[in-house]
Amino acid sequence: MSEYALLLPILIPLIGVVLLLLGARSLAVQRAGGVLFSSLTFAASLYLLFAVDQADYLVMQMGAWEAPFGISLVADRFSAVMVAVSSFMGAAVGIYALSEIDEARLKKFFFPLYLVLIFGVNGAFLTGDLFNLYVWFEVMLIASFVLMSMGGEKGELEGGLKYVCLNLLSSVMFLAGAGIIYGKTGTLNMADIGQQLMLAENADWALSSSMLLLVSFGLKAGMFPFFFWLPASYHTPPSAVSAVFAGLLTKVGVYALFRSYTLIFMPLFPEVQNILLWLAILTMVTGVLGAASHFDMRRILSFHIVSQIGYMVLGLAFMTPLALAAAIFYLVHHIIVKTNLFLVSGVVIRMKGSCDLAKVGGLCNSAPWLAALFFIPAFSLGGIPPLSGFWAKFALVKSGVEIHAWWAVTFALLVGVLTLYSMTKIWAEAFWKKQPEDVDTTPAKPVGPLVFMVAPIVVLSISTVVIGFFGEPLFEFSERAAAQLLDPQSYISAVLPQPAEVSP
Amino acid sequence: MKYFILGHAGRILFPALIILSLIVLYRGHNLPGGGFIGGLMAATAYILVGLGSTMQAAKAKLRVDPVTLLAVGLAIAIISGLPGMLGGDPFLTGEWLPTFYLPLLGAVHLGTPLIFDVGVYLVVIGFTLHTTFFLSELAESDTEEGTD
Repeated sequence: MSEYALLLPILIPLIGVVLLLLGARSLAVQRAGGVLFSSLTFAASLYLLFAVDQADYLVMQMGAWEAPFGISLVADRFSAVMVAVSSFMGAAVGIYALSEIDEARLKKFFFPLYLVLIFGVNGAFLTGDLFNLYVWFEVMLIASFVLMSMGGEKGELEGGLKYVCLNLLSSVMFLAGAGIIYGKTGTLNMADIGQQLMLAENADWALSSSMLLLVSFGLKAGMFPFFFWLPASYHTPPSAVSAVFAGLLTKVGVYALFRSYTLIFMPLFPEVQNILLWLAILTMVTGVLGAASHFDMRRILSFHIVSQIGYMVLGLAFMTPLALAAAIFYLVHHIIVKTNLFLVSGVVIRMKGSCDLAKVGGLCNSAPWLAALFFIPAFSLGGIPPLSGFWAKFALVKSGVEIHAWWAVTFALLVGVLTLYSMTKIWAEAFWKKQPEDVDTTPAKPVGPLVFMVAPIVVLSISTVVIGFFGEPLFEFSERAAAQLLDPQSYISAVLPQPAEVSP
Repeated sequence: MKYFILGHAGRILFPALIILSLIVLYRGHNLPGGGFIGGLMAATAYILVGLGSTMQAAKAKLRVDPVTLLAVGLAIAIISGLPGMLGGDPFLTGEWLPTFYLPLLGAVHLGTPLIFDVGVYLVVIGFTLHTTFFLSELAESDTEEGTD
C-alpha cells in the first residue's frame, strides 16, 4: 500500500509530539526526540517523493469517505517535492536548534511545537481539500505564533503581535473566500471545485472568492502589498526559528497560490494573470529596495524573502511549462538557500553578539570557514553561476523571453543585480572590514557546541553546490511536476471517483 | 477554604459534572455532544473545585499532570485511526463492534470513532486545565508580589 506513504510525513511528527509531551520533564528527551522525529519525517518524505514519482498521484480518502465528501490527502510531484525539501529543512534546523535553543525555551515545549509546525506544513502541502488547507494553515500558524514570541522579550512580542494580527486577518479572508465558494459550488474538495468551474459556461461567479484567497495567500506568502508583517517580525526570534520560518512559512502561501491557479481557479487564470504579473514585479522590486536600505543582517535577509517570492509568483504568472518548472526549481533552491543564510546569521550572532552590520566585522580573519559558508548561499541567492540560484533565475528569465514579457524580464534582471548588491554589502561589512573597536561585542553564553550549528550549514551549502553543478535531475523533475500542474484534469480524475454531476 | 458555599457545592457537583461529561461524550457520535464539549465539561468540574478551594486541591484531585493527559489523549486519537488500516482501509476508517443491548443504555454502538472522541476528551481536559493552572499560578505570584 504505497498510499500509506502519504500518511507518514504527517503522522511521524504527530507521534513525536505525543512522545515529547510524555517526556516533558527531561531536556535530553526533548533534544533527542526533536532531532529523531524531524529526521524520521525527512526519511518518510523522501519515500513519499519516490513513491509519487513512480505513481504520478497518490490519493488517500481519510476514513474511507469518498471524495468530494470526505477528506482527501493528495500528493502530486509538486506537493511531494515541497514536503521533501521542507522536511529536509526541518531536520537540518532541528539539529541546529540543539545548540541554540536555551533551557527556558525547551521547558516551554520548544520541540513539540517545532514538530507541530512541521506537521502543519506537511499537512498543508498534502491536503486536497480547501477547508482542510485552512485548518493546516491554522495548525502551522498557532505553532509559529508561540515559537515566535516564546522568549517573551519586548522585541519578540512586538514582532509577534504584528505577525499574529496580520495572519489572523488573512485567515479571516481565507475563511470568507472558502465560505463563498462552498455556498456557490456546495463542495470544498479542490478537485471538485476545479471540475465544476471548468464545466461551467461562465466562471465569473467565483471571481470574488478567488480574489479573497489571492489576498489571503498573498499575505501569507509575503507578496506586495501585503508583505509588511514579514520584515517586522522575522528578525526577532532565535535564528533557528526565523530560519525555519523563512524557509517554510511563506512558501506554503506560494504553494497555495500555485494550487489555486493551476487547479481550483484554473479557468479564471486569464483574468488574474496581469494582476499576478504586476504584483510579482512589485514584490521583487520593493523587497530588494527594502533590503538595500537596511543595515541589519537578518532584516536584509527578511526583505530578500519578499523579493524572492516575487520571482516564484512571476513563474506562476507566466504559466508556461518552462516557467512553472523554473518556479518549482526556484522554490526548492530558495528554501535551502534562505534557511541556510538565516542559520549563518545565527552563527554570526553567536560569535559577535549581534548581527547589526555596524557592530560586526572582521569575520573573514577570525572565521574564514564561516566566510566560505556564507559565500555559497549568499551568491547563490544573488544568482552567480554555477550556483543553484543562477540556473533558477536563468530558466525563469528564459521563459519570460520566450513569451516576450520584456518588462518582467527587465525587472527580474535588475532585481538580481540589486540582490547581489546587498549580499555584497553583508559580505563587505560583516566579513571583509575590520572589527569596529568602539562597540561592545560580548556574545551571550552559548547553549551547546558549535558543531551542531555548523554541520547543518555545511550540509545545506553542499546541497546548494550540488544543485548548481548537477541540477539536471532536479530540473527534469521540476519539468515533470510542471507538466502535471498544467494538466489539472489528471489531478481531478485521480481524486474524484467518477465524473461528478454538474450543478447549474 | 476560600468560599464556603462554593467549596461545598463544588464537592457535590463534581461527580455530577463528570458523569454528565461522560454521557455527553458517549452520545456525541450521532447527537449533539462529543469529545470536545464533554472534555470542556469535565475540565469545568475541576476548575469549580479549584475556585471553591485552591487550584492546588484541583491539581491533587486530577492526580496526573495535565500535559501527560494531553499527550495520552493525542496518542489515543492516533491509535483509533490504526484498526482501519489493518483491514487495508485508509487511516481513521471507522470500525464498529456489532451492536448489543444493555438495560438503561439501550442499543450500544462501540467503535473507533468513540475511541477517537475519548482522545479528544482527554486532550481538551489536559489543555484547559494546563492553561488554567498556569494562569492561576501567575495570578498567585502577582498577588504575592503585591502584598510584599
